[in-house]
Amino acid sequence: MTMGADIWVYIEHAQAAPKKVSLELLSCARSLSTALGGNVVAFVPGSKIDRVIAAVGPRGADIIYTAEHPLLHPYTTDGHAAVLADAVRAESPAIVLVGSTAQGRDLAPRVAARLGAGIVTDCTTLGWRDGKLLATRPMYTRKAIGTVRVTGGGPCIAVVLPAMYPLPDADSPRQPEVRRRPVQLDGKAIRTSVREVKSVHRETIPLIEANVIVSGGRGMKAPENFAILDDLARALGAAVGSSRPPVDSGWVPHDYEIGQTGKTVSPQVYLACGISGAPQHLAGMSGSKYIVAINRDPNAPMFQVADLGVVGDLFEIIPKLTEAVKKVKSGIGD
Amino acid sequence: MNIVVCVKQVPDTEAPIRITPDGSGIDETGLTLVMNYYDEHATEAGLRLREQFGGTVTLVSVGPERAREALRTGLAMGADDAVLVSDPALNGADHLGIARVLAAVIKTLPHDAVICGKLSTDDNAATIGAALAEYLGLPQATAVAHLEVDAAGTGAVVHREVEGGVEVVAVPFPALLTVERSLNEPRYPSLPGIMKAKRKEIKILTLENLGLTAAEVGVAAARTALVRLSPPPARKAGRIVEGDTEQAVAAILAFLKDEAKVL
Ligand SMILES: Cc1cc2nc3c(=O)[nH]c(=O)nc-3n(C[C@H](O)[C@H](O)[C@H](O)COP(=O)(O)OP(=O)(O)OC[C@H]3O[C@@H](n4cnc5c(N)ncnc54)[C@H](O)[C@@H]3O)c2cc1C
Ligand SMILES: Nc1ncnc2c1ncn2[C@@H]1O[C@H](COP(=O)(O)O)[C@@H](O)[C@H]1O
Repeated sequence: MTMGADIWVYIEHAQAAPKKVSLELLSCARSLSTALGGNVVAFVPGSKIDRVIAAVGPRGADIIYTAEHPLLHPYTTDGHAAVLADAVRAESPAIVLVGSTAQGRDLAPRVAARLGAGIVTDCTTLGWRDGKLLATRPMYTRKAIGTVRVTGGGPCIAVVLPAMYPLPDADSPRQPEVRRRPVQLDGKAIRTSVREVKSVHRETIPLIEANVIVSGGRGMKAPENFAILDDLARALGAAVGSSRPPVDSGWVPHDYEIGQTGKTVSPQVYLACGISGAPQHLAGMSGSKYIVAINRDPNAPMFQVADLGVVGDLFEIIPKLTEAVKKVKSGIGD
Repeated sequence: MNIVVCVKQVPDTEAPIRITPDGSGIDETGLTLVMNYYDEHATEAGLRLREQFGGTVTLVSVGPERAREALRTGLAMGADDAVLVSDPALNGADHLGIARVLAAVIKTLPHDAVICGKLSTDDNAATIGAALAEYLGLPQATAVAHLEVDAAGTGAVVHREVEGGVEVVAVPFPALLTVERSLNEPRYPSLPGIMKAKRKEIKILTLENLGLTAAEVGVAAARTALVRLSPPPARKAGRIVEGDTEQAVAAILAFLKDEAKVL
């Protein structure tokens, strides 16, 4: 397969809205495309995707390719792998960017294997060196950063972590051309079936989309105390996460866990409350831009990595902080 | 029911690692190597299916000869057999190359389910499972946090943790599954298990035994190459505030506003 010059972004979406990480990757694609001189292409697979297309439109793509078929919703590996692989074979982009989400990690290696395309996952940065794609990515549970080069001809696939690239403005002057790709799918080729998606009701936003994360550890002491973190998160527009002990003790659901066996997050601000700072926890959050730690033990290892460390009792500080944040926020509204 | 579990040997995550001075890899002297954490969960899942349905659990690994020890751990947990593909021609192979080798082995074994870990803690790639599913032509379910196989053993309903929810998916067997840590609690090897594992033969295969060539799966076929390993950017300890609650609140508020600019 020859390699073209276009950079594609696989647009993941839910409830008719593109995922934040997919939009961020349009920024990444734009910076990569400057050197190649190709187009930035948003690839939107799904069923009834007009609202997704409308939302992607002003985010700076040159072309939107659609793959529309009733069998493409909800997501299945077989359905999406088939249309993405077909489209890549036909159009030969240089790179396909995919967000590192449950869906992206499920899809990308399968498509790479089908196409014989080089694949790099969990990328934090992407760039060119001597005409080759160079990616950096955390390895060894973040104890090292690997620099990986993609070699050989033909398209390659990069799975990129959320929050690595800025969200593009929603007022791009570009008017992307929408090209509807014909889709042929046989129901029999889709071997798995999604019975249901149980959405976990949260009053706060999802962890991987959050700009600010308020996270609690064993120092929270009891499940009901997570309510004070929920209050603070609501005031800040933040997500709530945790270290492993609150998950293991059943205080919070599994998907709260941040760290080696949980999620990797890299928000603008990570506020660690009653978390000591074990290496397995740092593995998931030390890529945050700013770290603020509240801990009553002045020797907590978290203070070694925190930009601001506050020695004190979280049960006294958090409720007062929430009040203060609310005051600032309402002040802006005046 | 015949289960194949893919097992990788990796450095113990508890221990620090030393990057070699030239950045080409990590220094292995004195390094403790263990079975990849998620593969313990994969092995446990295999053993539970065998307890439920009968059959065998076969472990497969690709790696240097020392990877035998990781297989030994799985045998001590109760797996029936273990195969290691070890060939110097695989130095520099990429993930797709390794997945091809695993596929070549697994094609020679009866398999109703192939189980991998969600990711390996050295590469952090989460790539092998779905690539292997493609090479074997199997349906897949990745990041499985709950597994229920129907009474006839013809398929499973799994829970996958996705952002903001849980996806409930039906997948027919034979299938490839990759597993999350919340799926189960891996058993410890029993003393008799350890004794038995010591006596078990671990079959070692080369590429030639599998009818594969270095040109197909080795460094010549690799589309990705590790250029260098570097230490993560050091984080410095920042400002420490030790005062009363009012001072603490004021310091955090000022930080959020003026430095982090999120307020
Ligand atoms: C293979 C493996 C994988 C792991 N993966 C993960 C992972 O993904 N994520 C993870 O988080 N852990 C993981 N762990 C566990 C990890 O090693 C630590 O045990 C864990 O991170 C500790 O959590 P913690 O900081 O909440 O608890 P602790 O270490 O017990 O710390 C609690 C902290 O709260 C402080 N505190 C208590 N009361 C208050 C108060 N009133 N006000 C202020 N501070 C207070 C204490 O001073 C203490 O520093 C893993 C372990 C292993 C072996
Ligand atoms: N060299 C290997 N030998 C056997 N299984 C492997 C190997 N590498 C990866 N795997 C399997 O694939 C899973 C994911 O690994 P990775 O894609 O490297 O993150 C692991 O948990 C193993 O089950």
